[in-house]
Amino acid sequence: MILCKDLCISFGDRAVMDRFSLQIPERGVTALSGPSGCGKTTLLRVLAGLERRQYGTTQGPAPQETAILFQDDRLLPWRTVAQHLTDVLPRDRRSLVPALLALAELEGEEATYPAALSGGMGRRLALARCLALDAKLYLLDEPFAGVDLPRALRILERLKDLPAPVVLVSHEESVLSHADHVIQLDGPPLKRC
Amino acid sequence: MAAVCPTTRSTMGWAKPLKKLLYALPAPAFWLGVWQLSALWVDQRVGGRGNELLLPYPASVLNALLSLVGTGAFWGTVLASLGRVAAGLAVGVLLGALLAVLTCALPWADRLFSPAIRVVRAAPVASFILLVLLWTGRNAVPAVIAALMVVPVVWDSLSRGIQAVDRKLLELAQAYRFPWGRTVRLIYLPSLRPHILSALTTATGLAWKSGVAAEVLCLPQPSLGHQIYYTKYYLDIPELFAWTAVTVALSMALERVLRICLTRQSGRWGT
Repeated sequence: MILCKDLCISFGDRAVMDRFSLQIPERGVTALSGPSGCGKTTLLRVLAGLERRQYGTTQGPAPQETAILFQDDRLLPWRTVAQHLTDVLPRDRRSLVPALLALAELEGEEATYPAALSGGMGRRLALARCLALDAKLYLLDEPFAGVDLPRALRILERLKDLPAPVVLVSHEESVLSHADHVIQLDGPPLKRC
Repeated sequence: MAAVCPTTRSTMGWAKPLKKLLYALPAPAFWLGVWQLSALWVDQRVGGRGNELLLPYPASVLNALLSLVGTGAFWGTVLASLGRVAAGLAVGVLLGALLAVLTCALPWADRLFSPAIRVVRAAPVASFILLVLLWTGRNAVPAVIAALMVVPVVWDSLSRGIQAVDRKLLELAQAYRFPWGRTVRLIYLPSLRPHILSALTTATGLAWKSGVAAEVLCLPQPSLGHQIYYTKYYLDIPELFAWTAVTVALSMALERVLRICLTRQSGRWGT
C-alpha cells in the first residue's frame, strides 16, 4: 500500500495540504481527479521526492524508485525521439526502445526531433520516456493531455499491464471510467471527496 | 504533377547562389563606392601625394595587397599572428568557461573571482600590454593579451547562459537520475550553445584587435603588428590598409569557422 499520512505543505500563506492522508492501491492504475489547483500535482511531486513536506509521512517506494511524468513535456529540442528513450535507458535495456515506441504509438518517428512532433505526439514521447525508467511506482501528471481519446484509452489499457502501480492525474471522464481505481479530490487545501 | 526537366533543375540550382550573391553584394559595393568617391575628393582637394598619405584609392590598396600576397614572408607573418591570436583565444575561452562554471557553482568563487574579472574588463589594454611585456618576452605578449581580453567576455556570456538554463530541464535530470556528465552533455551544453556562439563571435574580434595592438607595441617577429608599425614608420598608407584588410579577413574567417562548427548541428533541430 502506498500511504500518505498527515501531509502539510504550504507555499507562502497558501496551504496546499493540511493534514492530508491518502491510501493508494499497490496494483493497477489509480486515477486522481479534482478541480485545477486543488493540489494533485503537488501530491505527485511529494511522492516523487521533488517537493518537501513540512509535516507528515509517506510510505511506499522511495523517491529514487519512482518515475514522474511532469505536467509539461520537458522534451529536449536537440534529441530525437529514439534518443529521448536511450538517454534514460541503461545500456542493457536499450532493446526496449521499440516496445516503448509501440506502447506510445510512436513507431516510425525514431529520428524525428520534438519540433516536428504534434502536441499529442510530444506528450506520448514524454510518457514513453517516463515509462523507460525502471521504477516501482509511476506518477503520471495528465499523461493524455492533447492525446485523442481512442488512442488515450488504448495506451491506458497498456499501462494496466505494467509490473508497477501507476498513479495518474486526469480530468477526462472516459479515462477515469477506464482506470482500475479512481480517487476524487478537492481543495485547496487538498482533501478527499 | 508536371515533371521538372533537367535544364530547369540546373537553372534552379544556380538560382539560389545567384540570389544569395545579389543579396550580399549591394552593401560592400556601396561602401566601396563611398571609399572611391572619398579618395577622389581627397585627391582633388589635397593633390600631390595626398591620396597615398591620407586616403588611398581602393585600387592602390588592392595593388599593395596583391604584391604582399605574392611574397613568402606574407604567409609566414599571417601564420605567426594567427597562431598567437588563436592560442590566446583558446586559452581565454577555456579559462573564461572554467571561471563561469566556478562562479556559478560556488558562491565563494563568485565572491573571489568576479571582482577581479570585472577589473580586467575595465582596465585599459595598453596598461596590460606594457605590464605583460615587462613580465614575459615580447613574443608571448599578444597571446597573453588576447587571452586576458577574451576571459571577461566569455565569463560574462557563459555565466548568464548557465543561470538561464531551464530549471525544469534540470529538475527532469534530477528526477530521471541523470549522472552529472549526462546532465552537462544533454542539458547544459546544448542550452549554452547560443551563449557560446555569441561569446566566441565577440571574443574572436576582440582577440584580433587586442592581439594585433600588442604586436604593434611589442613588435614580435614576424607579425601583422610589426608590419603595421612599419607602414606607419614609412607612411606607407596603402600597405597599412592592406595589412588591416588582412587582419579583418582573418578575424572574419576564424569567426566564420567557429560559427559553422557550432551551428551545423542546431539547424537539424528545427527550432
